[in-house]
Amino acid sequence: MTQPHRLPEGGIIDRTRALRFEFDGVQHEGYAGDTLASALLANGVHLVGRSFKYHRPRGIFSAGAEEPNALVQLSPASGARTEPNVKATMQALYDGLIAASQNCWPSVHFDVGAINNVMSCLMPAGFYYKTFMWPPTPKWWLKYEHVIRHAAGMGRAALAPDPDHYEHQYAHCDVLVVGGGLTGLAAAHTAAKAGARVILCDESAAWGGGVGDIGATIDDRPVDRWIADTVRDCARFDDITLLPRTTAFGYYDGNLVGAIERVTDHLSEPPAHTPRQRLWKIRAKSVVLASGAIERGIAYANNDLPGTMLAGAARTYARRYGVRPGTRAVVFTNNDSAYLTALDLHDAGVAIAAVIDARPASQLTRGLHQHARASGLAILPDSAIIGARGGRRVASVDVATLAGGRSTRVDCDLVCVSGGWNPAVHLFSQARGKLRYDEPLATFVPDISPLPILPAGAANGCFDPTAAVMEGRAAGAAAIPGAGMMASPHHSPRTNGVDGTALQPLWAVPATRRTAKRFVDLQNDVTVDDIALAAREGYVSVEHLKRYTTLGMGTDQGKTSNIIGLALMAEQLDLPIPKVGTTTFRPPYTPVTLGAFPGHETAAHVEPTRYSAMHDWHQEHGARFVNAGLWKRPHSYPRPGETEDDAANREARNVRTHVGLVDVSTLGKIELQGRDVAELLNRVYINKWDTLALGRCRYGVMLRDDGLVMDDGTTSRLSATHYLMTTTTVNAVRVMQQLEYLLQAEWRNLDVYATSVTEQWAAAALSGPKAREVLAKVMDIDVSNGAFPFLAVATCHVRTAQGLVPARAFRMSYSGELAYEIHVPADHGRAMWEAIIKAGDDAGIMPYGTEAMSTLRIEKGHVVIGPEADGRTTADDLGMGKLVNPAKWCIGKPLLARPALTAPDRWQLVGLTALDGARMPRAAKIVANPDHALPNPMLGHVTSWCYSPNLDAWIALALLANGRARHGEVLWALSPLANVRVRVKVGPPCFIDPEGARLRV
Amino acid sequence: MLLIPCPWCGPRNQIEFTYGGDATVQRPGNDAPEAAWEAFVYMRDNPSGPHDELWLHSAGCRSWFKLRRDTRTHDILGSARMGDELGGESP
Repeated sequence: MTQPHRLPEGGIIDRTRALRFEFDGVQHEGYAGDTLASALLANGVHLVGRSFKYHRPRGIFSAGAEEPNALVQLSPASGARTEPNVKATMQALYDGLIAASQNCWPSVHFDVGAINNVMSCLMPAGFYYKTFMWPPTPKWWLKYEHVIRHAAGMGRAALAPDPDHYEHQYAHCDVLVVGGGLTGLAAAHTAAKAGARVILCDESAAWGGGVGDIGATIDDRPVDRWIADTVRDCARFDDITLLPRTTAFGYYDGNLVGAIERVTDHLSEPPAHTPRQRLWKIRAKSVVLASGAIERGIAYANNDLPGTMLAGAARTYARRYGVRPGTRAVVFTNNDSAYLTALDLHDAGVAIAAVIDARPASQLTRGLHQHARASGLAILPDSAIIGARGGRRVASVDVATLAGGRSTRVDCDLVCVSGGWNPAVHLFSQARGKLRYDEPLATFVPDISPLPILPAGAANGCFDPTAAVMEGRAAGAAAIPGAGMMASPHHSPRTNGVDGTALQPLWAVPATRRTAKRFVDLQNDVTVDDIALAAREGYVSVEHLKRYTTLGMGTDQGKTSNIIGLALMAEQLDLPIPKVGTTTFRPPYTPVTLGAFPGHETAAHVEPTRYSAMHDWHQEHGARFVNAGLWKRPHSYPRPGETEDDAANREARNVRTHVGLVDVSTLGKIELQGRDVAELLNRVYINKWDTLALGRCRYGVMLRDDGLVMDDGTTSRLSATHYLMTTTTVNAVRVMQQLEYLLQAEWRNLDVYATSVTEQWAAAALSGPKAREVLAKVMDIDVSNGAFPFLAVATCHVRTAQGLVPARAFRMSYSGELAYEIHVPADHGRAMWEAIIKAGDDAGIMPYGTEAMSTLRIEKGHVVIGPEADGRTTADDLGMGKLVNPAKWCIGKPLLARPALTAPDRWQLVGLTALDGARMPRAAKIVANPDHALPNPMLGHVTSWCYSPNLDAWIALALLANGRARHGEVLWALSPLANVRVRVKVGPPCFIDPEGARLRV
Repeated sequence: MLLIPCPWCGPRNQIEFTYGGDATVQRPGNDAPEAAWEAFVYMRDNPSGPHDELWLHSAGCRSWFKLRRDTRTHDILGSARMGDELGGESP
């Protein structure tokens, strides 16, 4: 027989669609519309897990997102799709679902870890701060920690990569209604009817919300019909978006609400190409918070036994899911709402052994109580459960009057508890809303918020269905743009006089046995005594209380327990509850799958990849690529049998002997146009620019305002008012941003327009003694030394297979050889590249990559922004002090003369040559004596190093204290990491052609 | 995530913008003494409350502009084009 506890009729489940599922290896059956929890209860399964710390048996405590106990491992055998800590109360049942209990071994019925419960006297609140402190070395604590972490805990994370994908959806609306219960439906309907753009979301699959409304009549209609009608009417509006299975989890700046839609979590077989979950980022002009309320329990001895459930949850299972959650129930309450549970369970055929009410008989005379009595329910006023008995399921409770006296044992297999209701104020609080302690409800309710968020219904402390609908309509109308709600600050409207609970606060029943545990926080095993201990030890601030006892931590964040803990702390301190306050409500409201936050921005999609126009050619010719910022650049072009180092050495040698071609498209390119470009250049570069003639280019260095080197590059004058600036690859964005800032904010009178054209132009550098003879074959201008000398610039054409292509030619050199740069519009990049390669065939041309380019520039001592200009170096440190024009002002110059920047022991650029045939260590520090006692005084460090195929030696550039005065000295380069020491000879930072004669031939 | 009113493009998501620092610091004149430059480069207030800032609409119109933001609440109190004055509550 399956589903022995299923009622023959009633509820939102579809009894014609049976679904098979497995829990802890046992096959069960449920119905479409079930949650995993309701299906388990229909099969009589109450024991679903073990507690976090004491490994006590735990059952299903709630029917919603507040669940502290019923956390299960979903799909435990699936490597990639297994998911821990899934709330059985929120997981929709699907055919073939497999789940297992957590935190128990070998099984949930016999759990070795339960020894913790027996030894719990060793583990009071904060035990890990005091019990394992000997011997007093961190080593031992690490050992203890390992054991403790193994024993405590939740489920297992998946170890394989997540096979699912997640997407992001931006949305905008006038009114976002959070919560699709009566209040939310009324608000959404009202706002949409008035023409507002509305989004309505609810965390569950079905509309209608909580259980406060069951059996109610709204607008003269039974509530179920009202809900169906309203949802249908809502769906007819053009500008409304209904989002079921969507939890609004966080309220962020600018009225941005984060919501997570569980798109396929309720399906056995997710459709292909459908995201598993969708992260909504909703910008709402205003928010109606109709998030309902969460019930809380009452602490008494063994109030955690399976079969113990919030009263509202028991009613939900009976009425919404058609499940009898027990056969003989005790209802324990301090307010009226649990009477509805008692009556509904009674109707469902559950024997009600007793209704135990903490309030005196004189208060139990209203219609609801009389109705209960008339139905034959025994009401025990002024009483409380002082303890529950049972092993893996509650078997009986001991009941006594609150005044004390003898207790009576009442047999039962279900205890329904209600200690009152807490409005779900989380989003309101995140929206900087202030909370107010409401004495009649004995809980915190929304008070005032500076932001356009309007709580209504149970979220606002209004528990009467009819009144909640009125509040919802009022909120929906007020939230419409122009309705005046945006005026800030504002109070939430309250429907007065109706709360329907008539509560008398009762947080914990006094203990009768010292060792019995009265749980406040079921998920973290925090007891009444733990809170008293924290108070005695001085952890009286709620934030300290939370961290010391772990009250309110974990996946449920204390939704059913926080207020009880605060009230008990208030009792301990003899303070009113509002004085104790609440901990901060932080997003997310419920846990959100991490994969939903990156969405599609994972792996290769984390950031864009930039390719040069010649990328395909490089790939076809065997290039190995290296990342340079977001760019892919050829590192080298190894031939068959060659290592990357061999290839780079071959390429570097070929540039010095023949000719090479390198892709320099990634350099930043900025077009500057206007009458005042020269003046701008004078102000941003250290050297002088108003003398730059038409058709010439010049090297320049830029400083930051603090005087240190920011970037270097060349600028060419293409016409009287048209210049082209190049920057380093890594600083292209930064330099552009700086120029825009200066032109827009500081020097608004300068007539200069700056445009980034990095992507628009493909560029190649042709270097080597045979560069001119190659270039001459493809250019339509005279490139002889006389017509096109060093630092000349020309606007011209390249002859390609596509015909003549417009180009810019620059005679400048980074390699130290006779060299040219050729820029063409990016679309022609490959044609230009292939034309030059073809023209250079006779001359022995080879493409070269960044590695050879680096070798060539180290041989020449050209600095790179980053290794050499590392944000601490001045132009003088790099040997370019003479570039600073003394006759003019520039950015950074006012602070250049500071003593620290001109001190004699500043680290200056030098060249190093490794002696004794040794290999230069990478990342080495420079010292005078390698055997000096530690710490060995550091004289400087190696910034760039390479094997120079042209010198057949290991060389390096380095920053060395007072380095220019040390040329000729022999020092040591040490790499303690690699345990390498090498004798190095200091020299000038240029190893080849120091006069630069090769540039000008 | 802030909703930033670009004075040229209107309200846009924060991810389109780059923060540019304190808009109240004045760049000294070229001849200003070293001390004035040191103050300009290194000294910043850390106000609690309304703060005038520079932002760049880097993934939009690429305009620098001024924004007044309350550092306690992230409330945006106004924005202005460079050269215009910020309205609203004064810092």
